[in-house]
Amino acid sequence: MVEKLPIAKAIGLGLRDAMRADDKVLIMGEDVGRLGGVFRVTDGLFDEFGGDRVVDTPLSEASIIGTAIGLAFRGYRANCEIQFDGFVFPAFNQITTQLAKMHNRTEGRVRVPVVIRIPYGGAIGAVEHHSESPEAYFTHTAGLRVITPSTANDAYWMTRQAIECEDPVIVFEPKRHYWLRGEVDLDHAPEESAFQARIARPGEDATVVAWGPTVSTALEAAALAEEEGRSVEVIDLRSLNPIDMPTVIESVQRTGRLVVVHEAPVFGGLGGEIAARVTEQCFYHLEAPVQRVGGCSTPYPPARMERHYLPDAERVLDAVTASFAY
Amino acid sequence: MTVFRTSIPQAPQEEPTLRLLEADGTRHPHEELDAAIADVTAEQMRGFYRDMVMIRAADLEATNLQRQGQLGLWASALGQEGAQIGAGHACRPHDYLVPTYREHGIAWARGIEPWRLLEMFRGVSHLGWDPKALKTHPYMIVLGSQVPQGVGYAMGIKRDGLVDTGDPDKDTAVLTLFGDGASSEGEVSEGFTWAASFQTPTVFFTQNNQWAISVPTSVQTRVPLAQRSRGWGIPSARVDGNDVLGVLAATRIAMDAARSGGGPRFIEAVTYRMAAHTTSDDATRYRPSEEEESWRQKDPIKRLGAHLDSLDEIDDDFVKSCEAEGHDLAMELHHHIHALPDPDPREMFEYVYAEPHPLIEEERAQFEAFQAQFEEDE
Repeated sequence: MVEKLPIAKAIGLGLRDAMRADDKVLIMGEDVGRLGGVFRVTDGLFDEFGGDRVVDTPLSEASIIGTAIGLAFRGYRANCEIQFDGFVFPAFNQITTQLAKMHNRTEGRVRVPVVIRIPYGGAIGAVEHHSESPEAYFTHTAGLRVITPSTANDAYWMTRQAIECEDPVIVFEPKRHYWLRGEVDLDHAPEESAFQARIARPGEDATVVAWGPTVSTALEAAALAEEEGRSVEVIDLRSLNPIDMPTVIESVQRTGRLVVVHEAPVFGGLGGEIAARVTEQCFYHLEAPVQRVGGCSTPYPPARMERHYLPDAERVLDAVTASFAY
Repeated sequence: MTVFRTSIPQAPQEEPTLRLLEADGTRHPHEELDAAIADVTAEQMRGFYRDMVMIRAADLEATNLQRQGQLGLWASALGQEGAQIGAGHACRPHDYLVPTYREHGIAWARGIEPWRLLEMFRGVSHLGWDPKALKTHPYMIVLGSQVPQGVGYAMGIKRDGLVDTGDPDKDTAVLTLFGDGASSEGEVSEGFTWAASFQTPTVFFTQNNQWAISVPTSVQTRVPLAQRSRGWGIPSARVDGNDVLGVLAATRIAMDAARSGGGPRFIEAVTYRMAAHTTSDDATRYRPSEEEESWRQKDPIKRLGAHLDSLDEIDDDFVKSCEAEGHDLAMELHHHIHALPDPDPREMFEYVYAEPHPLIEEERAQFEAFQAQFEEDE
């Protein structure tokens, strides 16, 4: 069955189907129950599964993750919602010192298949702490997996695959695209696992790697480049830890040019890691230095400035053009 | 209810300290506490005495092993044996215990052999036991972090229908431990909130050992710690932590309440960290030796020994046999640690993830290739 659904609904459906398939799956978070979440992602789940499985928690992120770890020791699979990107930091200790390390600490005796959903990214005109892209903090921590869907179909399937995974998984959800509709094939999982990349648009002259909310920006830039006679390949990275480097490297070896796009600040961002690995493995294929396009190395600005902070198609196109100047 | 209180005295410092055994071994009656340990025989009390002697012997030997370079660090629990053996024995095999890193008496009561504790302090592994099999959470080093995890485990117990079944083999509770220092961590307060909101089968147990490394309890709290939880509606009690019988009784009452659906309880066991914070610490820089001496007079082992003596239930032969067993245990630790090999370094890649991870595989292969060069050279 194929349905046309907004990303938020596709995630909700993924959660519903995972809960139907396994009664150890729980949902925990602030306002996820009666309200259905501030973005309505969990809408309807409270009615179907009740407050015992769709748990409205106290307003304490550290303990949302901490109790999820304790529940995992008893065989539960908690799916935790952090309401906004900027609110994950009170839980940072539990995520990085505890959740990420528990399987390793116990030498494999205890698995902690906790999923943390985090709506992230900007362009929604919000107040401070509601528009950030903190993915690099988590990709840097061994023991965590970090993924981010950009389409409705991926939103459904990556949600389900995250829940089925035996490791802790953080799912960064592109909140500005929550209401973007796309076809969801409810019967067939995508060819790629949740931890692999996908070529979103094939091309020959340059590669653009993007994820989450910037995939559509990259596709837009690729369309503009085509008007200029340049064929740009767009890779939707999908998984940020692990990174599917073989897909990226194969592409760059063909095109010779790479632009990495993310909303997070460029300095210390994941683009630097990708650039380093591509340099190591594609040195003789590269026609130009790897270009990075991202947020400024400033705190996220007030909303009236955010369009200047966020990478848009023009900035991506500018970087693509720059990579032809060598 | 006289043991667990819900209100704070007009003058907070008037919080009573429950005690069955005076420092000199004098036994006080207490209706509720006595009822909770009415089944405890002299034989069992001798068992507690032996437990405390054994864990102290292991503790002293661990310090020796650190001084000999066999351990990287040791966090001594000297002086806290009464609180730990009392609380540990208040738990049933199917209860779950959530310790910090200074809970060697708790570990002993759970049947975790002392040499397993040394693995972590020697640096051959992060954890020496199976938390699920032994129903004992990993030692927690980032203090406070264990508290929400213990509450989460208790939420799972409740969800599994293992509270208030009336069947003592099923009803389960979680003993979550933290110290006076960790009581200031936000996650401890959050743990109170969650346990109260979800009425989890949780007993919070603080050993107030007076010192958080060099900082006295007075910096952590202006009122007796026992009163902390009452604002959350969690009944609490302060008990003399060097009185193994009082601790056992109070913890049994709390665990029974939690197992039978009465919700969380909080116990402050007042004790003293007789040694420095760890083998890397120097307690002479921040506390007077007179203070240590005054607490030596309240020793939990001597106290129980004096009580057993007053009952004519202990003799020199028993005391000597305990000491001999303690000596044997120390020797066993000494030999065991020398026979504990360094792990294969490839193990660091082994358990990072439960499922295959390409970056880990890649780095493991690189590591092995790099190591192989040197093997060829040899």
